[in-house]
Amino acid sequence: MIDVQPVFLWTDLLLFGLIACIVLAAWRARRSEPMRAAWRRVGESTVGMTSLTILVLFLVVGLLDSLHYRPYLPPAKDGKVTADRGPLSTEVRSALDALAEPLRSRTEKTYSAPLAYVLFAKQTIEKSDGTQQREFPRLKFGGAGLQYPEEDHTGDVLGRIGLGLALAAGAWCLLAGGLVQVVAMSRKVPFGAAWRAVWRGKGGLAWRAVLVTLGLVFLLAGPVAVLAGEYHVFGTDKVGQDVLFLTLKSIRTALVIGTLTTLVTLPLAVALGIMAGYMGGWVDDVIQYVYTVLNSIPGVLLIAAAVLMMQVVIDTHPHWFETAAERADARLLALCLILGMTSWTGLCRLLRGETLKLRELEYVQAARAFGVSTARILSRHVLPNLMHLVLIALVMDFSGLVLAEAVLSYVGIGVDPNTVSFGTMINAARMELAREPMVWWSLMSAFIFMFVLVLAANLFADVVRDAFDPRAS
Amino acid sequence: MFAYIVRRLLYAPLILLGVNLLTFALFFVVNTPEDMARMQLGAKRVTPEAIERWKVERGYDKPLLFNGAASGAASLTDTIFFDKSLRMFAFDFGRADDGRDIATEIRTRMGPSLAIAVPTFILGLFVTVSFALLLVFFRGSYLDFQGVVLCVAMMSISGLFYIIGGQWLVSKVWHLVPISGYGGGLDASRFLVLPVVIGVIAGLGGSARWYRTIFLEEAGKDYVRTARAKGLSELQALFRHVLKNGMIPILTGVVVVIPSLFMGSLISESFFGIPGLGSYTIDAINAQDFPVVRAMVFIGSLLYILGLILTDLSYTLVDPRVKLE
Repeated sequence: MIDVQPVFLWTDLLLFGLIACIVLAAWRARRSEPMRAAWRRVGESTVGMTSLTILVLFLVVGLLDSLHYRPYLPPAKDGKVTADRGPLSTEVRSALDALAEPLRSRTEKTYSAPLAYVLFAKQTIEKSDGTQQREFPRLKFGGAGLQYPEEDHTGDVLGRIGLGLALAAGAWCLLAGGLVQVVAMSRKVPFGAAWRAVWRGKGGLAWRAVLVTLGLVFLLAGPVAVLAGEYHVFGTDKVGQDVLFLTLKSIRTALVIGTLTTLVTLPLAVALGIMAGYMGGWVDDVIQYVYTVLNSIPGVLLIAAAVLMMQVVIDTHPHWFETAAERADARLLALCLILGMTSWTGLCRLLRGETLKLRELEYVQAARAFGVSTARILSRHVLPNLMHLVLIALVMDFSGLVLAEAVLSYVGIGVDPNTVSFGTMINAARMELAREPMVWWSLMSAFIFMFVLVLAANLFADVVRDAFDPRAS
Repeated sequence: MFAYIVRRLLYAPLILLGVNLLTFALFFVVNTPEDMARMQLGAKRVTPEAIERWKVERGYDKPLLFNGAASGAASLTDTIFFDKSLRMFAFDFGRADDGRDIATEIRTRMGPSLAIAVPTFILGLFVTVSFALLLVFFRGSYLDFQGVVLCVAMMSISGLFYIIGGQWLVSKVWHLVPISGYGGGLDASRFLVLPVVIGVIAGLGGSARWYRTIFLEEAGKDYVRTARAKGLSELQALFRHVLKNGMIPILTGVVVVIPSLFMGSLISESFFGIPGLGSYTIDAINAQDFPVVRAMVFIGSLLYILGLILTDLSYTLVDPRVKLE
């Protein structure tokens, strides 16, 4: 039994809160026919299900990285301490760290190329006979099991790729079988019939897209996972950290920024938008004034000003935070809030306009004539008819926010420098292209993961918008 | 319409006052000048005298909003809010932390910023509109589908990658133009080609897809069908009718950014080492030079409000049916 103390960072709680909200909303949506129809349209779309599959995979990695804990240090050896465990470590780890422990802990001295068994730069090495020689030193961990690396390296890599592919194929077969079994049971048809229906893309959701996407992801991830046991698949960075591990850690930051930003300011945008639209008069004037003011400040500058100020607050109050991770997390959450402050105005204006229209509809007027209270009209008649706009805003904003994080971190007003994110990775890798010979792997892996995430988010957002926007069709 | 413009112009200072109050709250209330001094002076054990000197040097040694010690009007004017925030309405931005006059700095840096932002804007509009029109011409075909896929893919790539990739390919591998830097006169063009081209490419995906939907909506309207029925070729219909009417939402949509072109582009200016207002802002952010950031926030909002007014005017100019009230 591993003895740890769980740590709940603010962003963890909000992220899991978000998941709970999604589950709750899905539960409620089951009862409403239009919602069910809209989600069915998403589920029937090949693009929708493909991108959703990718997003869920990213989400799994992000959630694993959100289960934080602090391990206990081993008890002191001097015999005076009678407790069976030492003090708490100041380092906060996550479930992902524990799963990818080899990746996290096996750091090299400096740069090494993907799958390499030697360092990227020559170093002077003292031989056993006292002579000095400049050569590429062997890596501490990458390919350490190879006795004759020159001859064995290619064979070993190919063997591992083969093993990875075989494992991936096996895992895919199991998963596909399970999934088809579920489909078969829910439709009450035999397994073979369900398999044929899924494979021909007939009836119901686009399961074939899910299976094909999962198959492709498995075929890529299998070999990477097997190779990662022995090599640094995407190489190592300047201080010898495994780039694959850093990229996986970046996913959580991107997800937090992409989802929590909209979420934390959602109540504000919804409340003010509805108030402005429904009440009109001076309330409308004041709210419009507030968002025009916020809107007229260039986004980056407002963010910069707010982040700089927040940094001063954090720096002058170090006693608020027990660990470095908590400080970094506070900065991440603050960044979400600040980003949200600059982006809620768009949604607010949209909701105001829609409420203006809804207010004049007959059923709202009828409710008013019957003497239904304002609060009840808003919650029963207005709010449900705005939810599709909120949902569309939530998914449409995601990709833009992930991209914005990279730019802000480059400018120096993004996440804490100790937080791994796509932005900090790109920022660190920026000068590496100018090196001779070039170091390209950090940039490339950040590019690939970020591109896939944003592309999937963009495609999913399009499908959701088409399914939910009554004007689109 | 005249009354409308006057009303909008009167509303502008009100908005700017709001902007000022907000930045004032951010810069002076969230963190007092003491906090700032302590951070700027760095060391943990700064003496109160050092903080006091720092505040006097920069004029932060006054009350924030109301000076009880002064009499009459001076009790309102001899404050930080009046000195640092309200003076901006007279374009008196004061001095940066390094002692240079911010207004002069802005004037000299405006040129390079415009030299990169204006060509990017005009060329970008031309290229995206042409691309969108091309997709609409081949609408429903395989080419159209591929074009939209390309747009979505291009949208999904961070702007940073376009710049890094472009610099690497064009400057480092092909040695066509210098990686970064800036020169006076015609020499500048050498340095401007790459940022402009990258700026156009980076913005292509999102805008082209948006313009395509606008043109598609226009191309499906009855009057375009009538034009075709009268015997106009597809090209004629596109250029005479669809392009003309589709440009109304596009132009009125982009007018708002025109004044902001003065601000330059934050990222590409700092990547390409162009001494414009964008890189000035970035440097100020990195050096935590608050007077400069405050000044840029003020100018940025001013230009944005100008852009909004221009947008309203452009509606009436391109579409005579619109009446401003």
